[in-house]
Amino acid sequence: MDDFYQQNILDHSRHPRNSGRLDHPSVSREEMNPLCGDKLHIDLQIDDGVVTAVGFTGRGCAISQAAASMLTEEIKGKSVAEVRALSKDDVLGLLGIPIGYTRLKCALLGLKAIKVGVYNLADEEFDDDELF
Amino acid sequence: MTQMIAPQFDLERIRADFPILHQQVHGHPLAYLDSTASSQKPALVIDAMNDFYRRTNANVHRGVYQLSEQATEAMEQARAKIARFIGARSVREIIFTRNTTESINLVAHAWGRANLRPGDRILLTEMEHHSNLVPWQIVAQATGAELLFIPVDGTGRLALDGLDRLLTERTKLVALTHMSNVLGTINPVKVIAAAAKQVGALVLVDGAQSVPHFPVDVGELGIDFLAFSGHKMCGPTGVGVLWGRKPLLQAMPPFLGGGSMIRSVGLRSSSWNDLPHKFEAGTPAIAEAIGLGYAVDYLASVGMDAIHQAEQQLTQYAVERLQGIDGLTLYGPAVAERGGVLSFNLAGVHAHDVAAVLDQQGVAVRAGHHCCQPLMELLDAPATARASFYLYTTPAEIDQLVRGLEKCKAIFG
Ligand SMILES: Cc1ncc(COP(=O)(O)O)c(C=O)c1O
Repeated sequence: MDDFYQQNILDHSRHPRNSGRLDHPSVSREEMNPLCGDKLHIDLQIDDGVVTAVGFTGRGCAISQAAASMLTEEIKGKSVAEVRALSKDDVLGLLGIPIGYTRLKCALLGLKAIKVGVYNLADEEFDDDELF
Repeated sequence: MTQMIAPQFDLERIRADFPILHQQVHGHPLAYLDSTASSQKPALVIDAMNDFYRRTNANVHRGVYQLSEQATEAMEQARAKIARFIGARSVREIIFTRNTTESINLVAHAWGRANLRPGDRILLTEMEHHSNLVPWQIVAQATGAELLFIPVDGTGRLALDGLDRLLTERTKLVALTHMSNVLGTINPVKVIAAAAKQVGALVLVDGAQSVPHFPVDVGELGIDFLAFSGHKMCGPTGVGVLWGRKPLLQAMPPFLGGGSMIRSVGLRSSSWNDLPHKFEAGTPAIAEAIGLGYAVDYLASVGMDAIHQAEQQLTQYAVERLQGIDGLTLYGPAVAERGGVLSFNLAGVHAHDVAAVLDQQGVAVRAGHHCCQPLMELLDAPATARASFYLYTTPAEIDQLVRGLEKCKAIFG
């Protein structure tokens, strides 16, 4: 257990990075996980095809909030193409712990918000089957 | 603890009947505290189903050969056992469905669409499981009927002082849960049913949490429909029951159409079979129905009064232990008015994280909204952790839960 809730996960969930909302986001996205009532909101600012700022607010379990917080750090400075290519394994890599089937929805909620956001920016639908 | 258990109730022997309980999870003995979601099954039930597939399996109500006759007889015996178990007047009043959800949908669609008119009212409560809420929303939309709700008070009980105003001659049906799967509240169904009868309303009871845990007698309660699930009462998944008063069931149109439910079929119209078959279209869950019959035998042999008493004592113990934990919020009414379901939150820790830490300590609890989103809004808790008990739950498992919660506080503290 001490392995599961590692210090970095607890730290990210208590002190989410890039916390808050952006004034003029290029795209905003809210996602909910009805399973446990996790909710989060992600704002992205994109300049010349690169993510320059991220705003994150949310509430929910430590896994959903920590994974989203880690992702906000991960995507800053990345190109939209790189963000579009992020996968489930990238998130699991960031978390660094085994995630069971039911908690996967928590872990991937932030990624889902980000992916839907960048797909919508290009007027495309994101099918979340791709994530799981 | 031991002297508190009723004398005829031998916890150790009961536990020996449930093979799944005797295992380690993450290096700890399994403490299965999620029977409200689904109960475990005694060997008797598992063996009966295996035996059916090894020796008797055939379709029912169709063949004239020996296997089919034996299978039919076994399934009809199960129906008779269930009828006795809930005090039904006739075996024809027992309809096999998949679960509580399907039983309620059956009434909503077959009775509701045929009988509800614009302006008619259906009275529900604020503590319903989605399965006793969403079907009525669908039928209300289709028929123009209105939904009204008995409110839940601050202690998690139904606020019945306004019941007179909520019940009018426009009220056609009252549908409520016998016991809340979140708060454990046991509702005074008999009192509410009597009030409903005064205005001529029918009463449907969601018995998903009552039939498994204490004696339920449909005649004594004075109700019209009772829905429950096999898997929550030591039986298999895939089989549930709708009980209804015969004249009502006879007057209702069918729910699903197909094989078995017809008397004669023409190309453009058909006539319906007798009860209960009118409501059992297609091949039923035969092995599961037989398994449920054995589950009912098992529960009756232990005794529903004894089960209820043991669970009350265990709940009293658990409430005392949990109330001793700093930062823990326990939801729901006093032990005298509740069953063995305890929803709680630890300050500053999401319920899913509580459940994950407990899992690592071998303790299985549910976390989430428990399919009761409107009630969770009322509690102002997006999620709770929930520990629930059954006849095989021990005081030692409660202690294990408490130790796990202390661990949780240490990690997130
Ligand atoms: C009170 C209540 N009603 C209905 C249900 C639905 O039961 P099922 O999923 O077996 O249809 C449940 C199960 O969670 C319940 O606790």
